[in-house]
Amino acid sequence: MRLVENGRIAEDRYVRVDDDAPIPDRVPVIVSAKRFQANAAALTRRDGSVGVLWPNDKRVAELEPWLGHLALIALVFPKFKDGRAYSQARLLRETYGYRGMLRATGDVLRDQFHFLVRAGFDSFEVKKDADARAFTDVLARYSVYYQNGADGRAPALRRRLQGGNPVPTTGETV
Amino acid sequence: MTSPLDQKIRISGPVVVTANRVGDGAVVYRSADARWTTDLADAAVTSDATVARELLKDAVDDDLNAIGSYIAPVKRTEGDRLQPGNLRELIRWRGPSVELPAAPAERSLALQS
Amino acid sequence: MYVYDAFDRTLVAERVAEFRDQVARRLSGELTEEEFKPLRLMNGVYLQLHAYMLRIAIPYGTLSSQQLRMLAHVARRYDRGYGHFTTRTNIQFHWIKLEELPAAMTELASVGMHGMQTSGNNVRNITTDQWAGVAPDEIEDPRLWAEVIRQHVTLHPEFSFMPRKFKICVGTSVHDRAALRIHDLALRMHRNEAGELGFEVMVGGGLGRTPYLAKTIKPFLHKRDLLSYVEAVLRTYNQFGRRDNIWKARIKILVHDLGPEAFAEEVDAEWQVIKDGPLALDPAVVDEIATRFIYPDYAPFGDNPPELAETRRSDRRFAAWLDNSVANHKASGYAIVTLSLKPEGGTPGDCTAEQMDAIADVADRYSFGEIRVGHEQNLVLPHVAQRDLPAVWRALDKIGVAGANIGLVSDIISCPGLDYCNLANARSIPIAQELTRRFRNIDLQRDLGRLHINISGCINACGHHHVGHIGILGVEKNGEEFYQITLGGKADEDAKLGTLIGPAVPYGQVADVVEDIAAAYLELRARPEELFIDTVNRLGVEPFKERVYATR
Repeated sequence: MRLVENGRIAEDRYVRVDDDAPIPDRVPVIVSAKRFQANAAALTRRDGSVGVLWPNDKRVAELEPWLGHLALIALVFPKFKDGRAYSQARLLRETYGYRGMLRATGDVLRDQFHFLVRAGFDSFEVKKDADARAFTDVLARYSVYYQNGADGRAPALRRRLQGGNPVPTTGETV
Repeated sequence: MTSPLDQKIRISGPVVVTANRVGDGAVVYRSADARWTTDLADAAVTSDATVARELLKDAVDDDLNAIGSYIAPVKRTEGDRLQPGNLRELIRWRGPSVELPAAPAERSLALQS
Repeated sequence: MYVYDAFDRTLVAERVAEFRDQVARRLSGELTEEEFKPLRLMNGVYLQLHAYMLRIAIPYGTLSSQQLRMLAHVARRYDRGYGHFTTRTNIQFHWIKLEELPAAMTELASVGMHGMQTSGNNVRNITTDQWAGVAPDEIEDPRLWAEVIRQHVTLHPEFSFMPRKFKICVGTSVHDRAALRIHDLALRMHRNEAGELGFEVMVGGGLGRTPYLAKTIKPFLHKRDLLSYVEAVLRTYNQFGRRDNIWKARIKILVHDLGPEAFAEEVDAEWQVIKDGPLALDPAVVDEIATRFIYPDYAPFGDNPPELAETRRSDRRFAAWLDNSVANHKASGYAIVTLSLKPEGGTPGDCTAEQMDAIADVADRYSFGEIRVGHEQNLVLPHVAQRDLPAVWRALDKIGVAGANIGLVSDIISCPGLDYCNLANARSIPIAQELTRRFRNIDLQRDLGRLHINISGCINACGHHHVGHIGILGVEKNGEEFYQITLGGKADEDAKLGTLIGPAVPYGQVADVVEDIAAAYLELRARPEELFIDTVNRLGVEPFKERVYATR
């Protein structure tokens, strides 16, 4: 597994802390949802960033009161086919306006990169090293989308009205 | 003809391991020397559950070459030739039980003006 | 006819390039089958009994002659000379090689065709009815709205990995020719009391192991709110649909388990948050899409030209075809022509490459280059001038698609079944073929009148047997093929699920049973004009059941 942030392989600054382990000082930590909800006030006041690992079958609305204090939210893809975290990500970004780091964890493969980015993820625990290395190349393959993405790209529907034309990335004539 | 996707492994007669070739999807059978063959006559046959399980495991591991491996029944004819053991396998072996639509090259259907 | 622009073409080209790369990585072993399978499924590539199957999307069943010729070319070059039109108005090729897929898909992409989202747990082909844009009883062309939704859900970042597939249907006509209520989400256009146009929203339809008809969760949705509401429905489904059991994963189960009211509330809560955001439909955006729907420049012909009446009088076969296969058009002087892909002894929905090319020629000459595909697995020429009908009939007759059996007992809807499909328990095609032989007499067919037979080779119900007037479901018992018979299903605005009439009958008896049912109808009908389905509804299935099982 390799962490990818800002388009390249990165060191993980965050430490995952088990429920029964003490929380180290001044180090960014990720705790479980259970631990976070039991100690949210204290955790968000601590000296150092706090992140939470949120399961994909729990409503993200429960995090709303804390979003301004959470530096990172890690969402889960138990299998890549289980796409619940895409909805969670979009809700966090677009409905609740979450601006911290949104991390994709679990079964994260290259063929989901463009979906993940457009759903609002900006941190990726990529399962395979080769996929992690190919991150930027993979994203560069696509220049056109129909939808508004959480990544801020204008959808085709709007770009047409503005008279924009896509530049094909495949070298093929359109 | 219950889909082998829900099959339990219960050997009550001779079986082979069959799959579909990755490149073209053709029906293939696992041979005794760990290859895939389109010729049923060259398939490894066994009536032993343990052997069948081993064959299947090797086949499943070889998913570079063939996919969807499962255990399929066969039967022996009087001439001691292997034949598929149920309708589904018969159709896989021989192709659809119905004629494919004719595509006569010599008959022109072009619009006459 | 929707014309792709640079955006549409680029999107397809980029996806084809992506898939080509994925195929290469599969063939080299860099991707395992487990990793590759969902990727190929997202491009409509299945593994079937004998080979890979490629399903190509035909959005809302509309084809240009150029596209139909490309399908013919693909059938010839990459398959065995034919294709199969499906009950979701797509086309399937049953003999494709994985190695040749990238080449085939590049060629298809050159005419704007692809297999995106014809498989996988995403939003599938959005269907309307095959007379869209030309039917006299429609409010407006439903394909515009189908296209608006299609673009929105194509490679949608949030809805590409849902619990299961999702099928949407849009209808704007009084008579439902698209089977709205068997869809996960159906949108029926109508006017509210203020005279505004909007959609009745129905969710939770679906056939298969647990069939349901869709329930209304919102009686009236303004056009402006279409995308945001669809988004809210999909988001609710994506989050709360079951993922533990493939047989319980469709939205119909969620709607049933929550109850339609609670489900509607959940959707509404989400919708209220997003309805005034970027998904609110800007009329300029809709108008822009509408400009790329090209409509024919109809000539100012009058109805019933003399040549038509003349040929009708002089040629009985033409008259029969005219009465059966030709329907009224909203434009004066024009007609809607249905092409029968149900010849005697044939496979329902199959079409050879030669036929496709020839039909494309007829379309160019007589239908402004446009063809439609219906969920009943027949084709349509939607813009034929009435005065051209004799020439069109002669051409179609030569091609073998002028069978004059549309809607009659031999116009059978059938899935491919065990002859092709990995999921099947029994064969369906030979049953259909035998039935067309038993009922080959066209006078008998006309006497029986409108009678829809639907055949499915397994409980997945791709043949829509639950909503057939006569439904036939193949099952397996002790290694033998058996068939359950249902009666009284309907797929239209009065949608109903059929009723089982008794124990499953063996393969060899199915055709006899159907003949008995037909004979029973002829005896039991109140008068010749009473349709089969109405006789069944009036009397229930008991009298038919007695007849069928008396000696079995």
